[in-house]
Amino acid sequence: MRVAVIRFPGSNCDLDMVSSLAKIRGVQPKLVWHEEDLSDMDYDAIVLPGGFTFGDRLRAGAIAASSPALSKVKALAEKGLPVLGVCNGFQVLVESGLLPGALLRNAGLNFVCKWVDIRVENTKTSFTRSLKQGRVLRMPIAHGEGRYYLGARELERLEQEGRVVFRYCDPSGRVGKESNPTGTLHNIAGVCNKEGNVVGLMPHPERATEPLLDPEGLADGALVLSSMASRSPR
Amino acid sequence: MSSTVAEQLGLGLSKDEIAYIRKQLGREPNETEWSILDAEWAEHSSYKSSKALLKLFPTTGERVVLGPGYDAGVVDVGDGYVATLHIESHNHPSAIDPYGGASTGIGGVLRDILSVASRPIALVDILRFGLISESGHSRWLFKNVVRGIADYGNCVGVPTVAGEIEFDESFEKNCLVDVACVGVGRKDDLILGEAKKPGDVLVLIGGSTGRDGIKGATFASANLKADAGSDRSSVQVPDPFIKKLLMDSILEMVSQGLKIPGMKDLGGGGLSTALSEVASKGGTGVDVELKQVKVRESDMTPTEIMISESQERMLLVLPASAASGSGGVIPVLDKYGVPHSVIGKVTSKPDLVVRWGGQIVADLPAVLVTEAPLIPWPSRKPSKPIGATRGRASKSEPSLKDALLALLSSPNIASKRWVFQQYDHEVGVRTVVKPGQADAAVMRLPNGRFLAIKGDGNSKQCSLDPRSGAAGCVAEACRNVVAVGGEPIALVDHLQSGDPSDPEVYWGFRESLNGMADYCRGFGLPVVGGKVSFYNEDSATGRSIKPSPIAMVVGLIEKESSITTMRFKKRGDAVVVIGETRPEMGGSEYGAKFPVPKASAGAPLANVKSDLATCRAVLGLIEAGLVDAVHDCSSGGLAVALAEMAIAGEVGARIDIRGVPTMCGTQRETLFSESHGRFVAAGKDGNAVVAALKKAKIPHAVVGAVGGEELVLSGDSTVRLGVSSMASRFEGTIPELMG
Repeated sequence: MRVAVIRFPGSNCDLDMVSSLAKIRGVQPKLVWHEEDLSDMDYDAIVLPGGFTFGDRLRAGAIAASSPALSKVKALAEKGLPVLGVCNGFQVLVESGLLPGALLRNAGLNFVCKWVDIRVENTKTSFTRSLKQGRVLRMPIAHGEGRYYLGARELERLEQEGRVVFRYCDPSGRVGKESNPTGTLHNIAGVCNKEGNVVGLMPHPERATEPLLDPEGLADGALVLSSMASRSPR
Repeated sequence: MSSTVAEQLGLGLSKDEIAYIRKQLGREPNETEWSILDAEWAEHSSYKSSKALLKLFPTTGERVVLGPGYDAGVVDVGDGYVATLHIESHNHPSAIDPYGGASTGIGGVLRDILSVASRPIALVDILRFGLISESGHSRWLFKNVVRGIADYGNCVGVPTVAGEIEFDESFEKNCLVDVACVGVGRKDDLILGEAKKPGDVLVLIGGSTGRDGIKGATFASANLKADAGSDRSSVQVPDPFIKKLLMDSILEMVSQGLKIPGMKDLGGGGLSTALSEVASKGGTGVDVELKQVKVRESDMTPTEIMISESQERMLLVLPASAASGSGGVIPVLDKYGVPHSVIGKVTSKPDLVVRWGGQIVADLPAVLVTEAPLIPWPSRKPSKPIGATRGRASKSEPSLKDALLALLSSPNIASKRWVFQQYDHEVGVRTVVKPGQADAAVMRLPNGRFLAIKGDGNSKQCSLDPRSGAAGCVAEACRNVVAVGGEPIALVDHLQSGDPSDPEVYWGFRESLNGMADYCRGFGLPVVGGKVSFYNEDSATGRSIKPSPIAMVVGLIEKESSITTMRFKKRGDAVVVIGETRPEMGGSEYGAKFPVPKASAGAPLANVKSDLATCRAVLGLIEAGLVDAVHDCSSGGLAVALAEMAIAGEVGARIDIRGVPTMCGTQRETLFSESHGRFVAAGKDGNAVVAALKKAKIPHAVVGAVGGEELVLSGDSTVRLGVSSMASRFEGTIPELMG
């Protein structure tokens, strides 16, 4: 599976994403500069990595969202290509309208970098289809603007359609205020589009693909990244 | 013309220096020339008050590829790879504009690492503020310095992985903001900041040149004024996004193997410093046309362009062919949208020639610009400690339990989670040991080895005794690196004090430098770079800061299995105290809060010979797999070290204080003295640990075992402290103060 990791000016998790994907069996990642040609003949999936695209001027992810590269990503997403946005990549997906909602300044106003637990809520997406419902995954977050927001009625619909993919929880899987690091609505850490091929999440799976880098010695992020390469549901 | 020219320009040059310049030049310099000399001769760039003494540092060693005098120190870490390191401070800018000052400090140190063609992989911040428990101003400085570091470091994608923070009244107005950076590169790719070949061209890349930061180096080289707010235009404007593009483009040029004969960052002194230094280092001259410099404001004068310290700029020395656009460098810059312009060329005549529309506006020998005459300041031992502040110790002696709880909630000791959670310490997927987990950060290197990194200082001990205090800073940084399994391989230092023309302040500076140099020599630890910052005092009180030398040490870890953290891991593990405790309560955290008997009020002495033996023995225990938790004893002494291991491990321990190897007369002193050369370790097989330490002839004792939910310290009386109640004090203090 050929995966394009798109690098914008200001992306800073691009190389981390490429090196982590390269460890996943069956995945061949390629770093693609945003001005390069991106045709669906070349790639089987697209990843928008974290960082501060275009310095997060205007709003986080806003300028990348209106770039020519994103129009191509949109067209490919409509054809059903799996698209994953992590952190700033999630912000870009939300800004571009590929995913609903907005990512606001964290409730504490500070940037938060810490390891968190998230619970898998939807196993029908391209990036969770090899995972079990309710499975708890450990990975780090690192962002200043990750408080997911959506109007009450739309949020209700999003929940009904099962489009919340990941929710912050405690290590046992319990979702509560204590395990919400940013004040995000309904503890939302990641959502998907209707079809489930476009997923965005704030936590960084690429930073959790080796036991060496996880204080608990796990590698849960690899489960998310390898899901896209698995042929069939679990 | 008379010396009034210098006065009219508001130069920082002294009367003697002005006379020397006239004599050397044999004529009167014009305004632009005065300003160039003023910028480069500022203490910040010229080291005129310290250079003679800095020669005392040992700077060579098997692994040293590049020592002091370049943008970054470079050490060999094996397999063709090098680690690069540098330290910078941004004290004065941060005292006025904490957010911008701290940000640009990071920007500057990143450029130093980049200029030798290495990739920045870790940032370290060593910060000093006034008492945040009492002063709103200090809380404001603290909050905004941390945010400045976070916003800049997070955006450029370099993780901030370690640091140290101390709060002391002497930093109330003049906070200290030290930022260090570590990079990794290939030895074959190294680039130096020199222009060796006449005919090569000079290309200025990055941000445009504006009026910000004008006279920044001069400003950094004078005492802060009481109305310091009026100096805000001396603080540069940071832009991490442009820095990121600059960084990515340079790293891409390096990875493509493009030929770049020289590279230099523009920091203090701006173009004046960068141009004169590449020429002077390369034994050449330069001829530049300032109309080619991209300026932010169209009416800037040649003088302003030469001394502007606008951020995010670098100078490339390129073969003439590369600059025409065919050689590969220009296309890479264009890809990232990094502005560039050819501003001049390298010449064989060793002069700095500056033109404005073709006309020469400055023509000075490059060496005259870079070699300011050294100043042999007089020094005198002061009658009382430098930067002493009024004592705040209570009159009564607390119970041991209350004392330990009070120390755990002292901002100096309490968890710095509030700080490091604001820093992205994971980006780069190299951070193996993260902030709060151990005494030092551990980063993965591309060759399968690991690098341990830690910066330390101790202003209180350095105020009491600058010589042994400064040696102690190196000692502590080495212990921290050893505690995670690293063998110390190199150090960068930063010596910070008040006004050098004050003989007592200068004495403190000399003593610190000597203390550090002696310890490094004894330890076999080369100093590969450093920085000096004088004039750290506030004129509202007229008081100097405490002498504040800083040491950042890096250590090499050969294998993954040697990486060690501090938390108690297994119930039943034997707890071993390594090294002897002496009655050395001077400058201790306990002494800052509670009364200390005169007999034990001296600052701890660092004995390099025994420290080195102890460090080797501890590394031996780690490599043999005999210990699974190691922590050094420093601030707060043995009691705090044990508490921290318990808090991190979320498990208690039962300790018999009577077993600790000690020269102290009381158990109180044994628990809270801050003697150097000590570690606490835990391991399954206490007997094997004892046997190894016996063989190495290191004082030691098994003092108890890991287990339970309390830290129990038994001796004359028994102290019981629940791990969770200690943890809530330890974790709660700073968030409560900072809201």
